Amino acid sequence: MGSPFDINGGACVAMVGKDCVAIACDLRLGMQALTISNNFPKIFNYAPSTYLGLTGLATDVNTVSDLFRYKVNMYRLREERHIAPQTLANLVSSSLYEKRFGPFFVSPVIAGINQTTGKPFICGFDSIGCIDFAKDFIVSGTASEQLFGTCEGLWEPDLSPEDLFETISQALLAAVDRDALSGWGAHVYIIEKDKVTQRLLKGRED
Amino acid sequence: MTSITGHPAGGEGIGYSFSQPTAAPVKQHGFYPYTDNGGSTLGITGSDFAILAGDTRSTSGYNINSRMVPKVFKIGGDDETGEGAQIVLSVVGFAADGNALKERLDAVVKMYKYQHGKPMSVSACAQRLSTILYGKRFFPYYVHAILAGLDEEGKGALYSYDPVGSYEREQCRAAGAAASLIMPFLDNQVNFKNQYIPGSGEGHALEAKKAEPLPQTHVEQLVRDAFTSAVERHIEVGDNLQMMIITREGIKEVFHPLKKD
Repeated sequence: MGSPFDINGGACVAMVGKDCVAIACDLRLGMQALTISNNFPKIFNYAPSTYLGLTGLATDVNTVSDLFRYKVNMYRLREERHIAPQTLANLVSSSLYEKRFGPFFVSPVIAGINQTTGKPFICGFDSIGCIDFAKDFIVSGTASEQLFGTCEGLWEPDLSPEDLFETISQALLAAVDRDALSGWGAHVYIIEKDKVTQRLLKGRED
Repeated sequence: MTSITGHPAGGEGIGYSFSQPTAAPVKQHGFYPYTDNGGSTLGITGSDFAILAGDTRSTSGYNINSRMVPKVFKIGGDDETGEGAQIVLSVVGFAADGNALKERLDAVVKMYKYQHGKPMSVSACAQRLSTILYGKRFFPYYVHAILAGLDEEGKGALYSYDPVGSYEREQCRAAGAAASLIMPFLDNQVNFKNQYIPGSGEGHALEAKKAEPLPQTHVEQLVRDAFTSAVERHIEVGDNLQMMIITREGIKEVFHPLKKD
């Protein structure tokens, strides 16, 4: 049997722009080569400008997203404020490492803007919580190799929100079209200081 | 079962010091005829030219064998420098098989010219290469080959192959270790996949941007961008970029440095 990370398929990518960040995912859910659903978003919202993308084993995507909804709700009640992306990153890291010897089969991606500093923030993790703080972009999922190629080729520093949307969308669509386990449309979030734009992209349906 | 001391292990009888080990451990020998030498190649065609490029790094595992092992070869030239050639072949995968294949095809194309008194066309060479590869169907040349030249109309021609000779003419193709990184970038930037003409319609009525042959300088830049991107993220790609530019005037070979880490 193949890797648990590759059974259901899926892709996620986050990018930094000038005073903005973007996060995008595909919509496919499959069992090996068989497509089960073409409406399975992998990005979850935990605060007005804090987003978490989860690729990997779909059952763990659901479990982990629900677990963090619970943990972030508890955080917000205790602290009486929204969780910052950096705080969520550390929460994700320690929660995943708790399961060091029986991990969740997910590759999380965080994108957001810190409302205190106003600075964009993205990061990625492995399945046991090691954080990858990147200044440019983070990729995850079965199309990660393809995403590395497209992002490395298309991304440039200090993109405006409009250009960042175009860049992340083209990078994701081009990548998932070369991966049989990802695709079927995409969700794209453009996060600015006090505005979030969500767009639903139609892609190839094969 | 014998223990590491050569005496029978406990369990069956007493381990007397004078008792002989019953059977010597069986030595397994293995011969692996193939190695993956890493690296990547890339070909793009235009209206009156074709470009075939490859990095010059040769690896085995995490080791770097050499920083200057070209993967792109002139086929059917008049001398050992390849002068007068009109066809270019790139091979990536197992370097020894790649060299053997290059030598085979070079000999075939030369013999064709001696026997027929005219150079072999790319389409004929493409079909012949397929036959050569399929000839070793049950002990294949472990390579992903790309053949480039100009067709009978003078347009850029590019053919890509799997290791057993299945082939197709294409506008662009990436092969080798970083093919999965480069190919989607090429889909987007050469064939304009997922790109639409702004304001051409709403929703499904949006008109897709048509792929058209790109100018040579633009293609050269795309090739260099594709490789610098691949070098950033793939450890088997790097050192130097070798580019063969095939035009009506002949074949120009250029080298550009890539990161050596």
